[in-house]
Amino acid sequence: MANLVWLVPVLPLVGFLLTGLFRNYLSKGLTSMIGCGMILAAFVVSLLIFGEIRQAGAQAVTVTLFDFISVGKLSIPFAFLVDQLSVLFLLIITGVGFLIHLYSTSYMHEEEAPQFARYFSYLNLFVFSMLLLVLGSNFVILFIGWEGVGLCSYLLIGYWFKNLEFGNAAKKAFIMNRIGDLGFLIAIFLMINKFGSVDFSEVFSKAPGTAVGYLTAITMLLFVGATGKSAQIPLYTWLPDAMAGPTPVSALIHAATMVTAGIYMIARSHVLYDLTPVTQTVVAVIGLATALLAATIALKQNDIKKVLAYSTVSQLGYMFLGLGVGAYTGAVFHVMTHAFFKALLFLGAGSVIHAMGGEQDIRKMGGLRKALPVTSITFLLGCIAIAGIPPFSGFFSKDEILSAAYGKSPVYYAIGVFTALLTAFYMFRLYATTFMGSFRGTHDQEHHLHESPPAMTIPLMVLATLAVVAGFLGIPDVMAPNAHLLGNYLSPVFADVNSGGIPGDTASGAELSRVAEWGLMGVSVLLALIGTFVAVSRFSKKPELGEPTGFGKVLANKWYVDEFYNAIIVRPLGLLATFLVFFEKNVIDAIVNGVGKLVQYGSRQLRLIQSGQVGGYVLLMVVGIIVLFLVELFIKK
Amino acid sequence: MIPVLLILIPLVTGLVGFFLKSVTGAKNWSLFSSLVTLVISLWALTLAKDSELLHTDVAWLPDLGSRFSVGMDGLSTILSLLTAVSFPLIFVATWRDEYRGKSWNFYALMLLSQAGLMGVFLATDALLFYFFWELALIPVYFLCSQWGGERRIAVTFKFFVYTFVGSLLMLIGLLWIYSKTPDHSFSMKSFYAMRSVISAKDQVWLFWLLFTAFAIKMPIWPLHTWQPDTYEQSPNATTMVLSAIMVKMGLFGVIRWLAPVLPVGTWAWGDTVSGACIIGMIYASLVAIKQDDLKRLIAYSSIAHVGLMCLAIFATTESGMQGVMIQMFNHGINILGMWIVVDLIERQTGTRKISQLGGLAQTAPVLAILLVVVALANVALPLTNAFIGEFLLFSGVFTSTATQFGVVFTVVAGLSIILSAVYTLNMIQRVFYGSTNTLTAKVTDIRLNEKVVLVAIVGLILFVGVYPKPMLDLTKETAEFILSKMNYKL
Amino acid sequence: MPINYYIFLAVTLFCIGVAGVLTRRNAIIIFMCVELMLNAVNLLLVAFSKMQFNMVGKIHPQAGIDAQIFVFFIMVVAAAEVSVGLAVIVMMYRNTHSIDVNFLNRLKH
Repeated sequence: MANLVWLVPVLPLVGFLLTGLFRNYLSKGLTSMIGCGMILAAFVVSLLIFGEIRQAGAQAVTVTLFDFISVGKLSIPFAFLVDQLSVLFLLIITGVGFLIHLYSTSYMHEEEAPQFARYFSYLNLFVFSMLLLVLGSNFVILFIGWEGVGLCSYLLIGYWFKNLEFGNAAKKAFIMNRIGDLGFLIAIFLMINKFGSVDFSEVFSKAPGTAVGYLTAITMLLFVGATGKSAQIPLYTWLPDAMAGPTPVSALIHAATMVTAGIYMIARSHVLYDLTPVTQTVVAVIGLATALLAATIALKQNDIKKVLAYSTVSQLGYMFLGLGVGAYTGAVFHVMTHAFFKALLFLGAGSVIHAMGGEQDIRKMGGLRKALPVTSITFLLGCIAIAGIPPFSGFFSKDEILSAAYGKSPVYYAIGVFTALLTAFYMFRLYATTFMGSFRGTHDQEHHLHESPPAMTIPLMVLATLAVVAGFLGIPDVMAPNAHLLGNYLSPVFADVNSGGIPGDTASGAELSRVAEWGLMGVSVLLALIGTFVAVSRFSKKPELGEPTGFGKVLANKWYVDEFYNAIIVRPLGLLATFLVFFEKNVIDAIVNGVGKLVQYGSRQLRLIQSGQVGGYVLLMVVGIIVLFLVELFIKK
Repeated sequence: MIPVLLILIPLVTGLVGFFLKSVTGAKNWSLFSSLVTLVISLWALTLAKDSELLHTDVAWLPDLGSRFSVGMDGLSTILSLLTAVSFPLIFVATWRDEYRGKSWNFYALMLLSQAGLMGVFLATDALLFYFFWELALIPVYFLCSQWGGERRIAVTFKFFVYTFVGSLLMLIGLLWIYSKTPDHSFSMKSFYAMRSVISAKDQVWLFWLLFTAFAIKMPIWPLHTWQPDTYEQSPNATTMVLSAIMVKMGLFGVIRWLAPVLPVGTWAWGDTVSGACIIGMIYASLVAIKQDDLKRLIAYSSIAHVGLMCLAIFATTESGMQGVMIQMFNHGINILGMWIVVDLIERQTGTRKISQLGGLAQTAPVLAILLVVVALANVALPLTNAFIGEFLLFSGVFTSTATQFGVVFTVVAGLSIILSAVYTLNMIQRVFYGSTNTLTAKVTDIRLNEKVVLVAIVGLILFVGVYPKPMLDLTKETAEFILSKMNYKL
Repeated sequence: MPINYYIFLAVTLFCIGVAGVLTRRNAIIIFMCVELMLNAVNLLLVAFSKMQFNMVGKIHPQAGIDAQIFVFFIMVVAAAEVSVGLAVIVMMYRNTHSIDVNFLNRLKH
């Protein structure tokens, strides 16, 4: 079965080609069927492969399709690696992907048929690239998927291309990703230089004997790539802008799948990271800083999608914290639960926007609970999950990361738990402002309010169920020994990680006592509950409607980071370019033309000798002859 | 046999073309001729490497020690293929362009320049190489000065003088080397044997005589200023020839006639030239961001890309060398696609100013999609041909042992990857996205002939991008051969 | 007679010719001066020819004959030149009503 893994990416590719090439001939119904059907088929194939790979003792399989690049001693096959980690991602991508495709058929229904087909072809292409990314058996194939998803993200953010503002957001996303990609690419070259290969197995087997400095360079550069794709400091500013795309796109690409590519990549190359403690610290610190920074910004955003975007950045920061402290299973676990509840939240937001006729400002909503019962309840479940309240899924995955972080340093834990408090606060601020209280929109909007059609609510319900129960896949040891199903499943991949309790999570330092672990859990749950209650009690009756002032204004303006980047990078580059255009014209070209002018000037002066007076010519000739005589007589001897 | 045909067919049909006296006749005739050349070139691909059909060697100027000697190895094959593929595409794509006056002369001159280009790439005799080098230049001069834009006279003059100065220096260099050959021969074999005869001191200055000519042709910063002007002022079909193929003459010259002949000189000046290449890459990318004329933007983008290829030659690594050979082909195809789109836009709107365009994705959706693919190849996105090329080029430079700055070069040159995304996406956005204006509202989508050409180009882009193995196999031996000659140290 | 006398005479004639060409503006006189220079050369050739015959004529009866043939050639060329030159001067006079060479600077313009 694993040998048929090529089917998984090929199916969406076929979907892309069909919907893309025949977009002018396909009806919307046919497009939906092709678009969703291909992803569903890919999901089914993935499930079959999963059934095989989940059995105890299942070996990772490498499926080589053809020779891609082979130059000198370097050989890069186009090959797929099927192991527990990649299959888990296959399931998340195709599963959540299918639900979002299904949701899109209804959400995008107002588009004309060719545009509708264009949307689905991009979406299929994205799934194809993402599958390539997680299936690649070497860093180059991973990189192909890596850039491919960046491209699809660009195309989908700029899907409504008539709006130049959206185009700018798309461009920003692509360019910021490219900055990270350069780091990734250089890391690949470092590997080629040192190991003569980019194959996962070969690189990882040769890594332990390599100088730590060299490995640190590789891992740091890979992490630079990850900061671009997974929106971490300093390259995170594109993600909130990326909300210009259609909402299902935000759910699929900018919450559930693409932005977790960086986590996948680091988890995949955990062998390298385990060997470089410096990079691990950097990853943890950056992750933590991003989590905190994004959470503070989210406190003051009023665009429903922007809040969710910053919350995504913040949650991604948690995942990097997990990777940095060696809790690889925890990070992957959080990727999974986050995919469920964040996709749910985005789709819920989409449903709200749909009902509000395109309005995204939460200050103009309120009281939507009655009009949108399904959306409201599923959204609430999502909020509880992300806030980390047991027994919802977010609690388990977040707690796993936090307890591993405590093992590394209590400071990590303290900041992490504080961020969790903020998370609960801003999520319930969002919920309370949007769904509770009374309606603050226009009369037209109130009249128009309606629950979304089943194609949109069914994915919401499925995702809500998953967001509630997915946590039970990773029950910590302290509750029930050896009940961490996900950890057991992933244990072959993270087999070499020094395992304390949960397979795949390093338990650095002293083993935590059971009491301490219960205590940590208690603290984080308590803080989450406090955040929730404060937010609900504050905002359900009297939401913030005015413009923020003081420190709130700094937060609402995202700490002015965009302005800062503008001032130190974008503007100087623009000025440099303007200067170079000037330089080109007035220095380089002036020198070239100057040489030409000099020749012309010289000729004009020499021309004067040709006076046309025969006498002059004869005189010159005679003088010339006399000079020759003199030379002959005096100098040559 | 085959190389002779590849040169003779365009030469003879070109000369016949002057007497056709009919526009449609000339169009059909030139398309027919270029298709025949293409078929022969494809035939060459199917033959074994040691086939006798691939080499011809007859007496030409026996007193001078020069023979009419032409042959096809991996490098010649890939570049003659590029030439053979490009011309039919150019003729079909510019089918609807009109030229003032005796327009059949335009097509005849185009064919003559094809003959010259073929000769440059196929010659294995230094004098023959020089002969074709000039032969390729002259038709282009007439094409630009006859059918160019408003400033054509001044600009073509600049172009001609610039390249001619280079050619003369190259001639002096070639003659100097010739004078030192023991058997007084211009043949490639005797020239390659000279690497151990010419002293290191002489190689160091001889290098510049030859390299100046090639650097002007490529062009390498700061000898590049003729290029944007010439591209801007030339008729579009000529610009396509200039940028898709002629630019490769410089790179080809370095690989075939400079690096293996003067390896010590090449090695001694490697870092200097690489520095100029890198400055040029960043410089051209930044200048490209500020261009408003589509043709100038593409011209500067081309300078940046060629700089990378030149950089990789001097890295003296296998992947770099194979990367250059493949990337020469890829760059030719990609930039051809860009020009065709520009030509279409200019013909329909009458302007090339980015600031006056916008919203073309609504009026010409098919064109927009095809352009986006070509533009993505221009920024070297994976699964397009340019990614294969640039990946090999960068990894070649990075792992180079010929210079100690390989890592620095890669990192700085890598910045151009980011900058190329900036100007390419800017261009796409401002030309195709947004809303239409009075100029762009009446634009119609592409017609059959243009669609065929662009689809062919996109097909090539994706094919090489996904399955580069045939290309890699083709160039492998030649790259190893050239490198074995370059690795000579006195 | 020593050869020196012939040389001095020829050089004097030649210098007079040169000076005349340089200083005079009348085309006829310039023409005559050119003839003077030619004849100075002829004189010299004949003198050297005689000298050579005197020195080695006993052994080589043909010695010095080349120079005399040269002289005849020069005279023929001079005659041809005079006819062409005078024709030019006549045409010049017809066009400009002058034989001043300084008027002949049309090429400059």
